[in-house]
Amino acid sequence: MYRYDEFDHAFVSGRVEQFRDQVTRRLSGELAEDAFKPLRLMNGVYLQLHAYMLRVAIPYGTLNSRQMRILAHIARKYDRGYGHFTTRQNIQYNWPKLSDTPDILAELASVEMHALQTSGNCIRNVTADHFAGAAADEVADPRPYAEILRQWSSVHPEFSFLPRKFKIAVTGAERDRAAIQVHDIGLHLKKNDKGEIGFAVYVGGGQGRTPMIAKKIRDFLPEEDLLSYTTAIMRVYNLHGRRDNKYKARIKILVHETGAEELARQVDAEFAQLKNTELKLPDADIQAITTYFALPPLTERPEGWASLAGWKKADPDFARWVQQNVQPHKHPDYGMVTISLKPIGGIPGDASDSQMDAIADLAEEYAFDEIRISHEQNVIFPHVALADLEPLYRGLVAQGLATANAGLITDIIACPGLDYCALANARSIPLAQEISNRFGNPDKQAEIGELKIKISGCINACGHHHVGHIGLLGVEKKGAELYQITLGGSGDENTSIGEIIGRGFEPEKVTDAVETIVNTYLGLRKDSSEIFLDAYRRVGPQPFKDALYGGSAQEAA
Amino acid sequence: MADKVLTANRLSDGISVWLDAAGNWVESLQDAFVARHAEAVSALEETGKAAFADNKVVDVNVIDIEEVAGVLRPLRLRERVRAEGPTIDYAPGYKGLTGPVQAA
Repeated sequence: MYRYDEFDHAFVSGRVEQFRDQVTRRLSGELAEDAFKPLRLMNGVYLQLHAYMLRVAIPYGTLNSRQMRILAHIARKYDRGYGHFTTRQNIQYNWPKLSDTPDILAELASVEMHALQTSGNCIRNVTADHFAGAAADEVADPRPYAEILRQWSSVHPEFSFLPRKFKIAVTGAERDRAAIQVHDIGLHLKKNDKGEIGFAVYVGGGQGRTPMIAKKIRDFLPEEDLLSYTTAIMRVYNLHGRRDNKYKARIKILVHETGAEELARQVDAEFAQLKNTELKLPDADIQAITTYFALPPLTERPEGWASLAGWKKADPDFARWVQQNVQPHKHPDYGMVTISLKPIGGIPGDASDSQMDAIADLAEEYAFDEIRISHEQNVIFPHVALADLEPLYRGLVAQGLATANAGLITDIIACPGLDYCALANARSIPLAQEISNRFGNPDKQAEIGELKIKISGCINACGHHHVGHIGLLGVEKKGAELYQITLGGSGDENTSIGEIIGRGFEPEKVTDAVETIVNTYLGLRKDSSEIFLDAYRRVGPQPFKDALYGGSAQEAA
Repeated sequence: MADKVLTANRLSDGISVWLDAAGNWVESLQDAFVARHAEAVSALEETGKAAFADNKVVDVNVIDIEEVAGVLRPLRLRERVRAEGPTIDYAPGYKGLTGPVQAA
């Protein structure tokens, strides 16, 4: 993985000391809140319902054991013994004291981490496929490009005060696991006929109150033009993006109002000025960064095949876990392991300090010290020998981390919701817990198959409900919580925005409604290979509306 | 007019607090001073502005509450969650706002 150079160290440490001074002056009263608030936000410190919240960046979701141990240490020493991994591949702490935040940032800096650009109208943490570097369907590892974008965008003076926040995602695989079409810029690494690497460029996707699927404005951008073309997009957005209305300020609105064709023309005009400037990426620089992301020494471990067969036969629970949570690696003797942070009835994305320490230990022992955080709020070990799966599994079982539900109905994405968030209108976590308990039986989950439920506690859609196969949006109606259901959303290479199915459901009725939807699907699917999303796309909303509302006038209400 | 209390978050650690009758910021809504008429609400608002200006608290708000069987209860769910803490058992040994629960 990328290692800081002297400049990086000096820069991050300098920012910590700058923030320490700002916090000291705030606490002494020298700085007023109005002056301080933008400064704390630039360092990832929010104020939520019960306390401050610190959002720490995990660049493209990649970290090592040393960093994970510091995350555990921070949870233990400065917080309440846990952290929350987010849909942006970051981690949030829910209870830090403002007075402790400079020390926390110093601890993070000691392992090359920070909280910069995790808030504010700037380019946020660049996200990537969590199976990057390991997936069999990958053209190239997206992380070197994500790292190049991270370096370029860090405190970029021109792009630190954009009309609104800006999110970039990169994938290098055919199957899109980074949801690039619902990002401000989505980059899809590909090869052209000559075998050269470049990007399909998507612009103007996003969720929130106005969900939009990104438009492809470039089919093949040579890799050397990555920064010049991205700069061109940013300049067009910075100039023409709306600043009069916060809710219309994201680039998706600009793309929508301008039209993708005209926007692409404007970007091309800027690009023509930038193409052969200092922004052109020298091949040597790309190679230098790529070296940081080289595969670990994956020696031949063919003995794993026989061992695995024996272990699976001996232990059905292990077999189920392998079936659900281990994906084929590009090297046949290895697998990509999903460590579920969705225990049945648990809080999606939360991990205790001891679990984080255990993950760090297990990564060192069995996974070449490589850890990823997925946007689905799970932990990934991208490189594990099949021969090591059983001992790894035992280690995970001991920590309550071996739930065999990756991609199943209980692998629910949920934002913090009204239990923590100052913006939320309704709770997300208790609903996730109730649904998880309702469908927690392993046989039932297996029968239902792949089904992605995503829950947001407000229209800002941090829980990605728009792209849930079943999306649940919490709203406040007459002072109480109400959950609106959308069906048919998807955040993969065939992205779609879910359709609102009818009137919302009260908290005590919404899990029953989800069960009705699931039962309707089970009754109409062609066979068990037709997953929920495919069945929904085939039959449309009507059978589900009929099941939920009985054809009554209620659905329109 | 609904009864009202003054709430905020403490500057140094962000913890939710309410203003009591002695003018202190306390960690329990149940200890808050309840304003039951317009003059008292005005006084709360003035106190809030002064406390914000004095850099003791942030995010200062007057909120509506009701008193049911001697227990103060905010009318909005958001404020009830603020007063009682997360409605989930979020970490081993923790519940609600107050941090570690006593071992049984």
